[in-house]
Formats: sequence, C-alpha cells, structure tokens
Amino acid sequence: MKKIVTIALFLAASGLALAAAPRMPLYRFENFTTANGLPDNHVYSVLVDGDRIWAGTENGLALYENHQWKTYTTKDGLAHRAVLSLALDKRTGDVWAGTMGGLSRVSAGLIVSYTQLNSGLSNDVVYGVSVEGENVWVATAAGACRLDLHTGQWSLYNERNTPMVEIWVYGVSATTSKVYFAVWGSGILEYDQKTGRWDKYEDPDGETEMVLFKDQGLIHEITTSVSYVDNILWAATYFGDSRYDGRYWHNFLAKDSGLPSNFTNAIKGVDAKRAWFCTDKGLAYYDGVNWAVYRPSLKDGKPEMTVRDAQGKITPVAVTTAPAHNYILGIDFSGSDIWVATARGLSHGILQQQGNSEMNKEKSR
Amino acid sequence: MRRLSWSRGDNGWGVAAALLAVAGALLFGLALWPALNPPAHADEDDNAVLPRDIKYDSPLEVVVSHDGARLYVLCQQSETVRVFDAASYAPIKTIPVGRVPRGMALSASGDRLYVTNSWEDTLSVIDTQTLAVVATWNVGAEPSGVVADRAGERIFVANRISNDVAVLDAHTGVEEKRLLAGRGASYLTMSPDGSRIYCTHVYPNPSPHRTEPESEITVIDTNRAVVIDRIPLHSIAGVFHLAFSADGRLGAVAEYHPKNLVPLAHLEHSGAFAYTLTLFGEDVGKPVEVPLDEMEQYASQPFGVAIAPDKSRLYVTIGGSECVIAIDVQRLLHFVHARPRPEDGSYARDLSASANYVTTRIPVGHNPRGVSFSRDGRRLFVANRLEDTISVIDTRTNRVAATIPLTGPHAISARRSGERTFYSARFSFQGQISCSSCHIDSTFDGLTWDLEPDGFGRDIVDNRLIEDLRGTEPYKWNGGNPNIPTECGPRTEKYFWRSENYNDLTLADLSFYVLQIPSRPNRWKLPGYELTEAQRRGKAIFEREVDKFGKPIPFTNRCVFCHSEKKGTNQRSFDVGTRKLTDNSGLLDTPQLLNIALTAPYLHDGSARTLEEIWTVFNPEDKHGRTNDLTKDELNDLIEYLRTR
Repeated sequence: MKKIVTIALFLAASGLALAAAPRMPLYRFENFTTANGLPDNHVYSVLVDGDRIWAGTENGLALYENHQWKTYTTKDGLAHRAVLSLALDKRTGDVWAGTMGGLSRVSAGLIVSYTQLNSGLSNDVVYGVSVEGENVWVATAAGACRLDLHTGQWSLYNERNTPMVEIWVYGVSATTSKVYFAVWGSGILEYDQKTGRWDKYEDPDGETEMVLFKDQGLIHEITTSVSYVDNILWAATYFGDSRYDGRYWHNFLAKDSGLPSNFTNAIKGVDAKRAWFCTDKGLAYYDGVNWAVYRPSLKDGKPEMTVRDAQGKITPVAVTTAPAHNYILGIDFSGSDIWVATARGLSHGILQQQGNSEMNKEKSR
Repeated sequence: MRRLSWSRGDNGWGVAAALLAVAGALLFGLALWPALNPPAHADEDDNAVLPRDIKYDSPLEVVVSHDGARLYVLCQQSETVRVFDAASYAPIKTIPVGRVPRGMALSASGDRLYVTNSWEDTLSVIDTQTLAVVATWNVGAEPSGVVADRAGERIFVANRISNDVAVLDAHTGVEEKRLLAGRGASYLTMSPDGSRIYCTHVYPNPSPHRTEPESEITVIDTNRAVVIDRIPLHSIAGVFHLAFSADGRLGAVAEYHPKNLVPLAHLEHSGAFAYTLTLFGEDVGKPVEVPLDEMEQYASQPFGVAIAPDKSRLYVTIGGSECVIAIDVQRLLHFVHARPRPEDGSYARDLSASANYVTTRIPVGHNPRGVSFSRDGRRLFVANRLEDTISVIDTRTNRVAATIPLTGPHAISARRSGERTFYSARFSFQGQISCSSCHIDSTFDGLTWDLEPDGFGRDIVDNRLIEDLRGTEPYKWNGGNPNIPTECGPRTEKYFWRSENYNDLTLADLSFYVLQIPSRPNRWKLPGYELTEAQRRGKAIFEREVDKFGKPIPFTNRCVFCHSEKKGTNQRSFDVGTRKLTDNSGLLDTPQLLNIALTAPYLHDGSARTLEEIWTVFNPEDKHGRTNDLTKDELNDLIEYLRTR
C-alpha cells in the first residue's frame, strides 16, 4: 500500500512538473543489442525505409524486417564490416552504405562495392553518403566525391578544386539545389548544383576555442555532420551546433541552449524549425523554442528525460525507458517514431505523447 | 622503363634483309588477299555478283497482336518492323525504325508498339492503327528488351550497356529512374498477372577472378517500379529470353552454362558449355537447372522461349543448332520432381536428362531467335535471323507448316555466309559450340578461358571484344596469330571444334565477316567528339612526356607508345609486368582500346576486374605506363579519357 501511494505521488508530481513545462514528445524506447539479434552493439548509423530498418554496425549491416534481423557481411560483398553511414535512394529502394573499407550499394540483396582500388572512389573510409537523383555524394577521409549513376563517372572534390583546406570530410547532405559537406577542420562547404560554384562557411573566431561572435557564423571549424532541410542548414561540430537560413546564423551551445553537450556526432533536421542532435551525452530534440533530452542518466544510468523551456528552465519528466546509451551516433524517423544508433545498441523510440510543436504542426495540416 | 631494343643494322645485309622482308610481306599479303578482301561473293543460286554491303532483314523478334490478326517482325539489319497478316502472311507494311533495333513489345491496349533502337539509344513508339512511328524517346545505353505495364502508365526498358532497367512515363517518355539489373541487361518479361517484370542479362555479374560465373533474374515490382528480388543463377553466363506458363506457376529461362574453369580441350569429354533452362515458380519450388543438350547433339545457344497456352509444350529456339526444341511440360515437371534434386539445383552435367522431356527437334532456318505463339497456340512463329524468314510451326504436328519470306535478298553475300558460319555450331564436335558461344552477339562474354594449346592450366586468357578488328593484328594475347584466317582457321579447327575443318571458301567468308564486325557507338563520347574537362585532362595524361616530378617518361613507357594509332594499339607485344605464375611468357600483344569501358575484366588473364585495378593493383613497378605518380583524381581523369576510345 505504501509503495502504491509513493508511485501515485511520484506520478502526480511528474504530472505537475510536466504541466508546468512545455509539452515535448515522449517516447517508450525498445532497445536492440546482440542479445536480441543485432550483430554488434556499436551502431554507427541507422536508416529507415518503410517497414525496414537498417543498422550500420561495427560488424556488418543489419536489416530488421518482419521482427527479424538479417546481417550482411563482407562475405555477402559488403566493402567492410564497419558501416559508418547509410543513405536511401528513395526512387529505387537501393541502400548505400559507407564503410571503413569502401562504399557498398545494396540492391534487393545484391551488394556492389566500390573501393579506392577498384573504382574512382577517393578513399575507402566513407564517413557519409547522400543520394540525390542519379548522383551519389560521398564524404571520405580524402575528400568528397560524386558518382554519376548514369555514366559511371566519379568526380572528386578536394583541396585542388574546392575551398577545402582539410580533406577529412565527415558528412554530406545533398539536394537538387545545394550539396553541403561537413569538413573536419574546414567548416561547411556548399556546392551550388546549378552554377557549379563552391562556397565555404567558417567559424569567424577562427580556430580559437573561444566564441567571440556567437551568431555571426558557423560555431566551429571542426564539423561532423550536416543536414539541409527546407532550405535550412543544420550543422554539427564537436564544439556546438549551428542553424543557418541563408542569411542569419543561430548557434547552440550547451551553456545557453538545451544541448546536453557541445560534442555532437550527428545532426538531423526535421524541418526548418526542428532538429535532432546526437551528442556524447544524450539525444536532444529542439522544436524551435524548447528542448528535450533523452538518455540514460549520466550519474546512475537510469532512464532520464528533461525538458528545457525558452527561459532556460529545466524540468525532469518521469520516464521508464531511455536510449540504449547516451553516446548517440545517428537517428532516423519512422513516421512519428524514431530509431537511434548508440554506442551500445540500437533504440526504437515509440511515440507515447506528441509535443506541442508536433500537435500544432498536425493541426495546421 | 625501356622495354624494346632497336636493331640498328646499317649495312648491305641490312638493306638486303629489308628488301627480302618487303618481298615476303607482299607475297604474304597476296596469299591473304582472298580472305581479307574477298571478291564479291558468288550468289548461291545463280552465281550473280553481289555487292559486299548488301543488307538483309535479319529478323530477330516476332510479336503477335493482341487480337491475333497481325504479326510484327523486328528486322535488325534493315532497321525496320515488318507487319504481316497473321492468317494469310501477306505483308501489310514496313515501318522504318532506328539503328540496330533489338527489342519490341505491345502496350496493354495494343494501340502502341514499342521498339528499342540499340545503337542510337532510343525507343520508337509506333501507332498500331496507322503503323507509323509517332514518337522517338531517349533511353539508356543500348536499349534492348522492353515491356509496358498493364495500367498504361509506365514502360520498362533494359539497357545492355548501362546494366539497368529504365522506367519511363508511358505518356511522355520521360525517364523516371533506372533500376540496377544484371550486367548486360537485355530481356524483359512480364508475369501473366502483370504484377512482376523479370529481367535477364547476357554478361555475368562481376565475380572474383577464376570463379564460377554468377548471373541473376532481376525481379521488379511493376506497380512500385523497384527491384524486389534477384533469383541467383549460379555458374551461368549468358541469359536470354524468359517465358511463363499462362497460369504463372512455371517460369523458364534460356541460358549458357560455361565450363570455363577447365581447359577447353575437354570438348570431347564434358563440353565447353552446357545449354540449359532454369525453371522457377510454384510448379518446381526452388529454381532448378535442366539441360537441353542431348548425348550426341548439343542445343547450342538457346535464345527464345515460349510455353503453350495450355501448358502442354515448351519451345526453345536454338540459335547455333538451327532448330527449335519441343519439350513436354508434364514430363519435364515429372523429371524435376521424381529425380533426386542435386544439392546445387542443377542437372546440367547429366546429358541423359533431356531424353526425359525433349520430344523433338524441329529444323528451322539459320540462327533462329525470337519466338511467339498465335493466340490460339496452334502456330508458333520463329524468326530465322540469318535466313530472312519466319518459320511457322504447327504445334499439333511439331513440323514447319509454312515459311514466310521477308523482303531481303535471297542471294547470300560473303558477309552473310561468314556470319552464318560464325553463329552455327555444326562445325564443332557434337555441335557444341560456335564462335558466337563466346562472342555473344559478336561481342564477348565477360569470361576468362583456359585454352589447351598453351598447356593445361597455363595462359588463362580474357575474352576480348572483336569489333572493328581490321588493323589490330596480330591476334591472341601472345600475338601468335598474324591474321584472322589463321586465328579463325587452323587454330579454331584444331583446338576448338575438334571436328570439321572449314573449306577455303567458308574460312574466307568467316574471316571477311569477322573483319567487318563494326564498332558500336561509344557512349562516353560527347556529340561532335568533344571531350569533357575530365576527359581532356585524362588525354593530357595519356599523352604526357614527363611525370609529375618533371622527370621524362621514356618513350616506350608512355601510354601513347603502345596504345597508339586510332584503335589504340601499335600491334606489338610487350612485357608490362602482368605475368602470372601460370603464364608461359610475359610478352603480351597490345590490345586495342575500342570501347574499352564495356569489356571488363581486363588484362590478358582478366585478373583486373575494373579499369582502375589495372593501375591500382597490377602496376606496382610502373611497367604498364608511368602511373604511380598520379593522384586518385588524375587516375580517374585518365580512365574517363580511356572510356572515350
């Protein structure tokens, strides 16, 4: 009886707290590890294709379909066991996998792999991949490249033909108008598809670790990930994150936003206002005003969710589940659900309660 | 890296030797003259002299209209579609289409006939009411097979060179996307319910060096226009038409099963090829491969497949054996269910198997290809490509009941005679193989072979493209055959056929045909033969005289030295450091570069799977040209240029 009363009081308190805090999406997380079929707990990337979930792990490319896991390995033709990045060609259903040993195309079970030895791929370490029309854009440890699927031609982009200073390209986001590259130590590169021109966005503070001019440019040169959605550029770095609308920059730091950490492995925009941030201290969601963080507690590992409002007030939300680990490496969306790649498993966030922003979005439809 | 030593004899003996050499060359040239430049060939019938460039119809495919009233015949060489009354066989109209048409299909409503023009990368849209081309749409590289969906919304085109299936808007012809298919994607078949499209391909998919070839049937969801499955065809290289029974429960595909990992000397024992069908679908469960060959006579080069509407018979055109094989479907199904199924699902090694289901061989014309039933299933139309006729087989008697002549000349030119020899297996032991077994559609097969003359397991050789060969002699990778008559004559007769020798005229005609095989358009060249920026940069690398460190590259180690002249060969042999332990010599003939992008794998033994690997893997000491100073993007530029050759 005493226990029931305690739980009731806790829920009531949580309810009151939640009522005071902005309403943010609430998820129940189901986690996949080697214990339930995943080939490895180190999950670098995740990709949703309808009912099929692809997970790029340290030991193969795993496909979750009909409640079962199937793993593709180098024996099946995969370029390397460690799959760092994934992209879907929505027109054909082909999946492109960037690995530590080349780029693989997975097409209805057939795997075709491109390496720096057997193709024009610039380097075997493929950190990022993005498909746009007949072009596959690739971010590698030695520059970026584009494979034209019609002609088979590889075009390489590096310090010789772009403003790229470093050639360590971590991420790419391609659309029919613009292609953006996150270049580790060289900021963000922009390629205009119509004019063929390159542009470069750098940290106005240079390579200093101090932020002197916060919203006057990219937050840092050490970029890790980029996402271009609704004409908005979302950029992640190891020292905070940025949003750019073509005219104004808005930067996010842990000290003055809801980011749980400045060390961001990946970023994925939902639309012009909303984005997800994959950090080393949890998964963060920004709805344009408020923030939510989902993670196992850094203190005791217990499931934790916090909400931060526009005034900076942080409110805990009682939850019973959390992503498999707080070191988050990737995210993708499945309707209202999310799939999250972490350092200790793959997590399926099943939406339990919509946030205000999402509810308003639906109403406006 | 000097690889040649130049003799500098400059005395009287030298002059005499030179004169002798010239005289010898003249005599040699005179001896070869008939083969290389045959007189206009005598007519078979009346000894009339024919022009050498005489054009035939060369019917490749036949389609019967949905109402059964018309017969459409795709004629590849005359580049037309000929329309006949399907009852009286009276010609109705001849419709010109594009260059080298290869595939043909009706729309679901029957009001449109689509024809792929393989050498100009277009699709002709024919109005079947007016029998006129009403539109010509651009498609991918070397369009071949074509099908239209039932809804009239999409057209699917298999592109042989780009190895994919293009999805087009049936109203506008605008390409929506391309789906990855097998290498040399060529033939498309729709399932009877229209929900699936099956694509086959003529060259094997890339696989590790000297391993069994792998092919596939690519299965496309028609409504979603995505690839949903790939049925593996192990040990198969060369997959052609596919047919379904009307109930959709049985699929059959014609294919070659090469035995290229054992020496070709084994023609008498196990054959160089098995020619087979792979059956799939509910009637058979897991796919199963059944041979068409018989004990003493092979079914060389199956191509077209048709299953009777009542599912009683299955017919296969056998291009090299000049016949149509009739199979009893019930006996075939009984065989695959009653016999213990081999672990790999293949009965290809069992030459006694076909006696269980092949009921008859129906002789037809030269090089039978496309096949189609009349709507009632009582007649089977067969396109005899090198005969310029359509055989009409009565399916009740399994005999040719009528032969529809096309309008091409009846007389046989030297070239046509040679082409017939090229495609006919009658010269080889048990009718097993012909030139076209390995040179599919007069191209190549994407395989490496172990030919006996060099010793068992020695000198593994890649099969080269044979287009536009004039001026590229000598032949063979070791440069051992000075001319085509030697290449195609004594060598072929002794080591390949192991049966019948050619007579002089046959050899002369064959040689003439081989030397006349044209080079297909290069898809990497821009109109007007301008070069892209990357190609221009690559050309500069190809022609460069100093390396990136400013060090002169020896003349003999520049790309342009060996790969000189228009066709990219100086016709001499060199050691470029690619000799393997199994090779008797490292001295290799310089291959021509024409359409080099199409012919993977590369190097004499096919060990380089891609053009890149020639230099990234097999040129560690810069013997195959100075390339190790190049950056990756420079190597890419060089390859972009090579693709234009």
